[in-house]
Amino acid sequence: MKHLSKLGAVAFLVLLLVAPTMLKSYGVYLFTYWLIYVIATMGLNLTVGYAGQKSLGHAAFFGIGAYTVAILMQHGFSFWLGLPAAVLLCFGVGLALGFPALRVQAIYLAFATLGFTTAVWLFIRNEEWLTGGTFGINNIGRPTLFGQALDGALPYYYFVLAVAIVMAALLWGLLRSPWGKAFQALRDNPIRAESLGVHIQAYTLLAFAIGAAYAGVAGALFASLVQFIEPAPFTVAASIMMYLMVVVGGPGYFFGPVVGSAVGVLLPEWLRFAQAWYMFVFGAAIVVLMLWLPDGLLSIPERLRAKRLAREASAARAAAAAALTPNITQGAQ
Amino acid sequence: MTDFLQLLFSGAATGSVYALAALGFTLLWQASGTINFAQGEFVMLPAFIMLAGLSAGLPLPLAFVATCGVAVVVLGWAFKRGIADPLFKFGMMPIVVATIGLSIAMRNGVRAGFSAEAHPFPGLFGERLFTLGGVTFTAADVGTLAVALVLVLGTQAFLQRTVTGRAMQAVAQNTESATVLGINVPRMIFYTFAINALLACATALLVTPVYLAKFDMGESLGTKAFFAAIIGGFNNSRGALLGGVIVGVAENLAAAYISPAYKDAVALVLFMVVILFKPQGLLGFKEVRKV
Repeated sequence: MKHLSKLGAVAFLVLLLVAPTMLKSYGVYLFTYWLIYVIATMGLNLTVGYAGQKSLGHAAFFGIGAYTVAILMQHGFSFWLGLPAAVLLCFGVGLALGFPALRVQAIYLAFATLGFTTAVWLFIRNEEWLTGGTFGINNIGRPTLFGQALDGALPYYYFVLAVAIVMAALLWGLLRSPWGKAFQALRDNPIRAESLGVHIQAYTLLAFAIGAAYAGVAGALFASLVQFIEPAPFTVAASIMMYLMVVVGGPGYFFGPVVGSAVGVLLPEWLRFAQAWYMFVFGAAIVVLMLWLPDGLLSIPERLRAKRLAREASAARAAAAAALTPNITQGAQ
Repeated sequence: MTDFLQLLFSGAATGSVYALAALGFTLLWQASGTINFAQGEFVMLPAFIMLAGLSAGLPLPLAFVATCGVAVVVLGWAFKRGIADPLFKFGMMPIVVATIGLSIAMRNGVRAGFSAEAHPFPGLFGERLFTLGGVTFTAADVGTLAVALVLVLGTQAFLQRTVTGRAMQAVAQNTESATVLGINVPRMIFYTFAINALLACATALLVTPVYLAKFDMGESLGTKAFFAAIIGGFNNSRGALLGGVIVGVAENLAAAYISPAYKDAVALVLFMVVILFKPQGLLGFKEVRKV
């Protein structure tokens, strides 16, 4: 089983490397778009799936990242200055927002982050001197790497893929570190975690801020991909959509965001002819998913395995009972 | 000064509508631990049903009564049986996610199946203006405030004065002892869902003439209702009224004296201040954390 999933991961990576060469530039663009959402939702998966904090403010951090890079590049700074600035800003804002919101019950965080998304969106829309308001920011450049311009669709795709892999590796490392274990301990049983010496507030705050920083990275890449940003992709609806991507994929599954973002980003593109009804079906599917598969799509293999094991166990019990019965009947004679 | 009084009054009228939506929200939470993220859409849908009734030639009162009937079945009974009941045992978050899904489905279902446009809706109170001591009131504000107050206080009275209401409160406070006392718990919880649906219909009736009937009209209303409920105190139904009025008034004053562009951020700021200093809300009481 472990071999199989390793093999699957390698095959998936090869597919990610090869597939875009066969696509038209719009296809490559879409794949890049999807990878950016994977990075963003990876961060949200850390916050929601591993640390158990229900954040509905991810699009705000995504927007802060995008606008930081866009504004800095507009004023002549390099992407390579913009990216760390975006990450640091998101991390800092994450700490500042999380501090009041994480003091109270989980559901308050959901509301606070929801309101936060509205506030950031209003700021982006209203502060025209800084963000261009509804006119947005035009002509955002793409970075150069080792003297190589990443202007084409394909080079930029590989760049985003490389960043996504680095971010995934960092997350993988983090989850296996004592910090990562502490996050999960917190999610599973905060009181026990506290009694084992995990400082609840510090760790929840940290998980929240790191998740925000991931959104900052994704936002920076997003600004450079679309090259024109406006307030529309950073609304409350976008935040909720990101949360749902994590839930659909499977919160707390490492590859959950990969699946979830595909459902949220790639699938609507294929089903474009049914755009309006797609969202209706998507919403209804979320309800059904909660009723039948509350742990997300990636919990299907586990579900099936559990079912198979249960079936095998009951078959074994039946066989044992059958083997036993003749003896009993003989004993009775 | 008269400007200020006028703003205060129209803010209170808007706030009383938030309070109506927030009241249903807190009632659901108290009775069944359901946090309904589709609360705004629960107002949007009746608005469209009423609109359909009006265009079919029904007079408004009849359309309203018919809508109430539909709402109790669909937003009350079906919502409870289909979503709240099966998910209850998994805790809060699955219900939250499911109601988020429900709100997306409702919003886009109306948009795709009915119309993406904003539709005008007949006002209840006409266009008249009153002047009292130099302050001008619109009939719509006076009427909205009056009806909303009557409904909120009526719901309060129902909960506190009638046997059924007290039984509902008993269920909200302690389901097990309510069962022991012979209260039909599932029925009381259903009543709560039905009251929420009826309050949503009333909210739709009051708010749609101003907001217009549009598929996404519930979005800001739902968020304001949450904030109002929490500011007032999530576990106290009187809190909803206080929270709603505070949010409505503060928004109106901020829009006039600070910046109209940031009107929608006011509720958030109030909310953050309240959870920093009094997380249980202004009228709420502390819930003891159980290990």
